[in-house]
Amino acid sequence: MIVVLAFSFAATIADAQVTFERLVNSAKEPQNWLTYSGDYSGRRFSPLDQINSSNARQVVAKWVYQTGATGKLETTPLVVDGILYATAQDDRAFALDARTGRPIWMYQRQLPGDIRPCCGRVNRGLAILGDKVFLGTLDAHVIALDAKTGNVAWDAVAADYQKGYSFTVAPLTVKNLAVIGVSGGEYGVRGFIDAYDATTGTRKWRFYTVPDPGEPGHETWEGDSWKVGGAPAWNTGTYDPATNQIFWPTGNPAPSNRGEGRAGDNLYSNSLLALNADTGQMNWSFQFTKHDEHDWDATQVPIMIDSGSKHLIAQANRNGFFYVLDRSTGKLISATAYGKTTWSDHKDAEGRPVANKEASPTLAGHTVCPGALGTTNFMAPAYDPKTLLFYVTTRDQCDIFSTAPQPYEAGHAYYGSAYFPSDEAEPYRGFLKAIDPATGEIKWKFEHTSPTWSGVLSTAGGLVFTGDAEGNFIALDAATGKVLWHFQMGGAVYAAPIAFAVDGKEYVAIAAGSAVYAFGLP
Amino acid sequence: MSLTIHQSPRDKNKFPLVALRARGFFLACVCLLLLAAIPATADDRNPLAGDAKAAKAGEYEFRINCALCHGLGARGGGRGPDLTRAQKKHAHSDAKMFQVISSGIPGTAMPSNGTNGQGVGMTDEEIWQIIAYIRSIEVKAPAKPIGNVAHGKELFSGDANCSLCHMVEGKGGRLGPELTSVGGSRTREAMIDSVRNPSRHLAWGLTESTKEFPQEYETITVVTADGKQIKGVALNEDNFSVQMMDSSEQIYLLEKDKLRSFSKSRESIMPIYTPDLLSNKDLDDVIAFLTSVGAK
Repeated sequence: MIVVLAFSFAATIADAQVTFERLVNSAKEPQNWLTYSGDYSGRRFSPLDQINSSNARQVVAKWVYQTGATGKLETTPLVVDGILYATAQDDRAFALDARTGRPIWMYQRQLPGDIRPCCGRVNRGLAILGDKVFLGTLDAHVIALDAKTGNVAWDAVAADYQKGYSFTVAPLTVKNLAVIGVSGGEYGVRGFIDAYDATTGTRKWRFYTVPDPGEPGHETWEGDSWKVGGAPAWNTGTYDPATNQIFWPTGNPAPSNRGEGRAGDNLYSNSLLALNADTGQMNWSFQFTKHDEHDWDATQVPIMIDSGSKHLIAQANRNGFFYVLDRSTGKLISATAYGKTTWSDHKDAEGRPVANKEASPTLAGHTVCPGALGTTNFMAPAYDPKTLLFYVTTRDQCDIFSTAPQPYEAGHAYYGSAYFPSDEAEPYRGFLKAIDPATGEIKWKFEHTSPTWSGVLSTAGGLVFTGDAEGNFIALDAATGKVLWHFQMGGAVYAAPIAFAVDGKEYVAIAAGSAVYAFGLP
Repeated sequence: MSLTIHQSPRDKNKFPLVALRARGFFLACVCLLLLAAIPATADDRNPLAGDAKAAKAGEYEFRINCALCHGLGARGGGRGPDLTRAQKKHAHSDAKMFQVISSGIPGTAMPSNGTNGQGVGMTDEEIWQIIAYIRSIEVKAPAKPIGNVAHGKELFSGDANCSLCHMVEGKGGRLGPELTSVGGSRTREAMIDSVRNPSRHLAWGLTESTKEFPQEYETITVVTADGKQIKGVALNEDNFSVQMMDSSEQIYLLEKDKLRSFSKSRESIMPIYTPDLLSNKDLDDVIAFLTSVGAK
């Protein structure tokens, strides 16, 4: 009896339901990481401070979980009451004991052989609500798994994967909905954002990111180009409980690198959308790159920042500009270059950078900065409410864009141009930059050995965590960018870190190579 | 070598689509399928062979998927061989070329379809289009090869001092890139440029067979804590450590924060071979030697 009692004291009980109220009030449970970006604001900031700038040098590896998958791991884990939920290639999902890394359940979807992922058979993570976790699959289904067993609770078909539709994004759960955006901008899909009833899997609403005939915005597409207009929505948005609005970013128009045949602004590609969470109706939109011809998806996670009475939303965009908008109205407040850009030397009346005429791809090829991979990309940024700095991984690379017309054919690649490094003698450069959103000023930058695809975590411990392409996990001083600690994980990082605590002990976790790593104090 | 064309999962469901587009192609596929376990021969022809429209489509597919390394006109670049040469080392028949494009060449920088970081990869039909394009631009090798192979070999390991740093067929130094296969995978122009302007294109992004990372041959100069200066070539590097080799082929494994100084340069440690040092004729001979070895 004594043994049993002792055992139950040592055990972490993990059976509480994750309600919408818990998601709204996630700040009250800093030990958990409940959404892709840590909270609804998108800021990827942990209020935990046990690991901090004075003891970061002591941090050690606590456990490693090998997923058995190959390829890029882009997952952001969730942690709820001692259980860590994450994903890996080919739509694997798993639940681990967050203290030890020991698996509780593992799920792998039986994917058809002819799925059409764009850029690797990747997945960026799960969402949780109630007793279920939600996964978007590479064959364009949305599925719910029982959080305790990994058993499929429901399976909803969103679109036809043979036409190039897929999901790689971590969904966002809001109220009783699992919200998700589609991938497929390389195949000429028609983008959408969906919301599914978390209990039943019934689709509650769909917002097409390319408007139907008769709808506002439809006139920004030439002829029938809207039908294959792209504008996917493959990264996780944010949610403002005060106004019940979802802010979700969209990707490139299709074909991604060729504007001929789709004259016009091509709404709502490369935009930030403010949608009513209950209905999916659009309240406002802001387009970052009009009529994009360089594959500059605007799918970077937007971060809500409140500054005095101002309700802002900021995004470090793939096109090389850092944008701050008023999230009540969608009006642009500022747009400042934060990396090497040559495509725009002037702004319109609203202050939005406008493309130079000669930035368009040509048959002979034309050099533009940033290149097709962008100044940043899917790597998650972070915002620290203490330092008031926005942290983002950046890349300085210019590309030659050369046209290569392709006819649209369902399920076939649809780019319309090729890109090459502009100068092989000039190596690409990669940075972690700390941007002051109030001014657009870069407060500090840390140069990586080569550009990285890692996201960023900031913590109340005065730390910023990130990974590099050489396999290091790195802790930097959030105020100065000074490196305080590093660990070689043996595989490149394409994921973003999180922080959590179990039994009063803080951990920091990240995926690298084909494994998930957790770190803590000795 | 067995054909793997119709064994990969991504090929499923492609038949109906392809058959609709190219009359007779379905039959050709069936034939290829029957051949799946039979060694490929030069008879395994491209179903789109000689189709000018397919070759044009292939040109654009080539730009998107291949030109990064093989150059815009398939005439090769610093990283990929000239594919306009009729004689190809790895892919002589259409079927072999299909296999190379689909599966890559292990141990070289040639990736399998869809894994070069340039997007989604190609369908079978698109690969055949690319093969049709490559066939349409092939030129016969020059009637008279340029350069004297025997003299080039002599120069390589003798007066030109190449073998001090470069190895060919097991003989030579270790500081610079191993060059046994370079003649088969680089254009003549790229090789000449590497000798005349060694710093212009370091071996940027090149993944060699014995390394799983791209070694860039940057020049590293460090001063250790005890004041020793070491200059050499980077074997690998991250933000916290560097692995380097000096000109006596000594390997140094160094932690950056323990060094007094660390500097990295993209000025190659290789001397600039001006025409005074190595005449155009002698350079032709050296390249003839490397080309003859690379063709093996």
